[in-house]
Amino acid sequence: MNDMTPFATTLKDWETDQEVRWCPGCGDYAILKAVQRTLPQLGANPANTVFISGIGCSSRFPYYMESYGFHTIHGRAPAIATGVKLANPDLDIWLVTGDGDGLSIGGNHLMHVLRRNVNMQIMLFNNEIYGLTKGQYSPTSREGTKSPTTPLGSYDHPARPAAFALGAGARFVARGFDVSKKLPEVLMAAHAHQGAAFVEIFQNCVVYNKDVFDDFAQPKGAEDRQLWLENGQPMLFAGGTQGIALDRHLLRPMVVSVENGDWEAAGVLVHDVSNRTVAHMLVEMPFGPFPMALGVLYDDPRPTFEAAVAQERAQSSAGKEPDLARLLSKGQTWTVGDNAADPVSTRPPGQGAPNADEPLT
Amino acid sequence: MATDPLTLEDADTPRDAARSSDRASNPASNPEAVVVRFAGDSGDGMQLTGGQFTLSTALAGNDLATFPDFPAEIRAPQGTLFGVSAFQINFGSTAIETAGDAPDVLVAMNPAALKTNLAALKPGGLIIADTGEFTKRNLEKAKYTVNPLEDGGLDKWQVLAFDISAQTVEAVKPFGLGNKDALRCKNMWTLGLALWMFDRPRGPIHDWLNAKFKTRPELAAANIAALDAGHAYGETAELAGPLRQVHVDAVASAPGLYRTITGAEAVSLGLVAGAQLAHLPMFFGGYPITPASSILHHLARLKEFGVTTFQAEDEIAAICASIGASYAGSLGVTSSSGPGIALKTEAMGLAIMTELPLVIVNSQRGGPSTGLPTKTEQSDLYQAVYGRNGDAPLPVIAARSPGDAFDCAIEACRIAVEYMTPVMLLTDGYIANAAEPWQVPDPASYTAFPATFLEQKNDGDNLLPYKRDGKGARPWIRPGTPGLMHRIGGIEKAVDTGHIDYSPSNHQAMTDARKAKIDGIAVPDQDVCLGETRGTLAVVGWGSTFGPIHQAVRRARARGMDVSHVHVRHIWPLPANLGDLLRGFDNVLVPEMNTGQFKTVLRDQYLVDARPLTKTSGQPFQIAELEAAIAKYFDGIAGNEGGEVDANLQQLPTPESGHDDGSLRPQFKSPQSEYDA
Repeated sequence: MNDMTPFATTLKDWETDQEVRWCPGCGDYAILKAVQRTLPQLGANPANTVFISGIGCSSRFPYYMESYGFHTIHGRAPAIATGVKLANPDLDIWLVTGDGDGLSIGGNHLMHVLRRNVNMQIMLFNNEIYGLTKGQYSPTSREGTKSPTTPLGSYDHPARPAAFALGAGARFVARGFDVSKKLPEVLMAAHAHQGAAFVEIFQNCVVYNKDVFDDFAQPKGAEDRQLWLENGQPMLFAGGTQGIALDRHLLRPMVVSVENGDWEAAGVLVHDVSNRTVAHMLVEMPFGPFPMALGVLYDDPRPTFEAAVAQERAQSSAGKEPDLARLLSKGQTWTVGDNAADPVSTRPPGQGAPNADEPLT
Repeated sequence: MATDPLTLEDADTPRDAARSSDRASNPASNPEAVVVRFAGDSGDGMQLTGGQFTLSTALAGNDLATFPDFPAEIRAPQGTLFGVSAFQINFGSTAIETAGDAPDVLVAMNPAALKTNLAALKPGGLIIADTGEFTKRNLEKAKYTVNPLEDGGLDKWQVLAFDISAQTVEAVKPFGLGNKDALRCKNMWTLGLALWMFDRPRGPIHDWLNAKFKTRPELAAANIAALDAGHAYGETAELAGPLRQVHVDAVASAPGLYRTITGAEAVSLGLVAGAQLAHLPMFFGGYPITPASSILHHLARLKEFGVTTFQAEDEIAAICASIGASYAGSLGVTSSSGPGIALKTEAMGLAIMTELPLVIVNSQRGGPSTGLPTKTEQSDLYQAVYGRNGDAPLPVIAARSPGDAFDCAIEACRIAVEYMTPVMLLTDGYIANAAEPWQVPDPASYTAFPATFLEQKNDGDNLLPYKRDGKGARPWIRPGTPGLMHRIGGIEKAVDTGHIDYSPSNHQAMTDARKAKIDGIAVPDQDVCLGETRGTLAVVGWGSTFGPIHQAVRRARARGMDVSHVHVRHIWPLPANLGDLLRGFDNVLVPEMNTGQFKTVLRDQYLVDARPLTKTSGQPFQIAELEAAIAKYFDGIAGNEGGEVDANLQQLPTPESGHDDGSLRPQFKSPQSEYDA
């Protein structure tokens, strides 16, 4: 995000007059509300905010946000957003994509927007299925997913969005899920990060992949299955009775029991969002033997792409007069005729005859 | 006559009847035009030699046209037939509009260069060969069983064969270069000889070498020594050999400042000028591809003109980023060649649907697929005019020459901004790489077309992002403008409001509106660039075929044929008067470097019986080929018109450089083919 003067809005100000067309019960509704709840807290100005999306259920998102919005083509939103940001770095850009849009057809662009570190918030709605095309398995579907194209169960190895993002060079990686009360908090952290901020949001597709995240997302027993990370805090879950420690022999995480709240004695790690090594461990930590790592997994800013582009342009332009006439007559030239008009002037194009008075603007 | 290559018995220079009668009085040492071809190994620096010779020729005040031809491989194996790189220049004291049909002089730096280019040389022409490279090994690589310099096979030409390699090594000895570095000065030695031959000053090349090797003065000195030695050799050899000095008079040009320019440079400068005339910053998204990359290279150095260049991860990202930039209020530009344009196609549809300005430059090359990366073709016309899903019209403009590309680029920017539409600008590999003298225009002579942005609601309390103006264009609304928040996208939108709307009458109305906007673009009336506005035959061309068509029509007219040349810049929409103009001719012949694509468009739009004359050998048309095709309309034999031009052994690229012996003939002809050979 950018430093902006806080702008007073309410949730209502971010709602459009358009009828929302997601299926009843879709997790997208919850995410939409979370975003509309977050933006007023950020003091965001709707006129400076741009939602850019690709194709898919999630990508209808911009139509429901009372800001600027661009619903683009399948997989290409990161490239379009990059152009928008380079042309006007003052805009606050939210990218909305899904597991198919962002990791399948658009995997290349997602990789490069992260690698370049273009300053924007990237929300990847992961529902592990293609919804808008009626339920085919997606690059994040678990092995064995039965779908119209995999009637006997899929055999593709699923991609892990957070691991992909970190591997691509992301400097901010977070996780949340649609109905989580903590989602606005995660989004605010993403917004505070200067650079490409990647947020994987588990989202429930009630029609084609219903409750696929219930194993960790359902409220009952959530405490035992969710590890909410906080910078500077020990990695504890299950009401503080369990934690994540490092098996120093095997160099891998392990779940340890915490007796009487003495997590230090149990060797529980303290979360440091700037520790890239630990971040790699967290994004790869398999759910099942481990709880699902949620919240801000990694946050360590680096200079942004658009700043570098602007800086280079400023440097290479320094002290140079953008004189088009001079540019055209660059190189080795020759003159024909004694009275040839000198086309080299300092006039801007299209503004009057040689030696004319300064044009009024 | 035949023994002197420079009397130009069959020179492809423009000449009318009056001039033709003068010809006999033209002294051999003062010809109207000369064609020189430099050929050598890819590593011999032939393109550099040609480029510098071009510059000196331009400085001497000659008109000129060039044809660079190089392999797609960066460094093909040394000495091989397919590794030959060639550069042809046609220059003269009259207007030159093609790179020339057959060379008068061939500089062959090795046996492979001789073999692949010999067939092109005019009878009696001069061969300059470096015997130092005619070793057993190099002869074998060029598939010579005997040394052609020694077996009498070159008798119909004049041969000046000597050890250029040794001469060069000798000349640069004082500079302590290794043998390899010393031999790399060979091209400068050869250039020196050529400068002497055509009475050119060495000063500008000295300056250029000093600048080029600023950090390595010993290399600058060695190259200058080689250049001077080649020049001195010319003076000495004149006493004994076939070599003699000729002087080509300066051409009579309009007064003004001139420079040489390639199409890639002209497009880049035209885009900069166009963005300035629109009062917009320019955003150029590109991805490396031959022959389009040089536009990105040029623009990357022009940041002070408000230019942002972005080398994207792929062709799709390049156009998408440009669309994003246009959305944000810059003039988005992207550029590629056929395969890359194919990848950009879906995004073009998005720009059409969201009605954002965008310029797409297509430097065409031989296709399909990877095709002929470094050779020229005009076969992307269907792709430009028709090649998208849905009813997706966009304007198409074609540049006819390197210099013309400047004006076309400005025109593309104007239409994009005024009509809120993507525009495709077609050039080709020939235009992109070839150089011609260009009268430097005064930017102030162009009319500005400042872009306007909507700053407040345009319908009382409502914002209508798709409300159209008199030209059918919607307002340009920059994100960041207070109070004008709205959503756009590739999905069909309601008239005026732009909300999602798939309803039947709405899609009908929006499809019609998009088409009407493009159809209604103000395009200048089509002129006839040579000849009458009605008559027996109109030769209708587009793009880089301008030069050969123009010369062929000029010659045919000089012989009394009732033929006119019409060259179309606005391919889509077509000029409003074009149909009536074509119907004023008994015959319409459309020469193009494809299988007849523009012919189809003309037939489709006007129901005229346009006949194709096609050539897809990766070579430009020769004037003689077009003259022959025109003559068929005047030979009284019905059904003799049009046809297909075969690959030509005289021209670049030469057949052997691509492993064929020039004997291939089409084995399969389309049953739809309207002409039988």
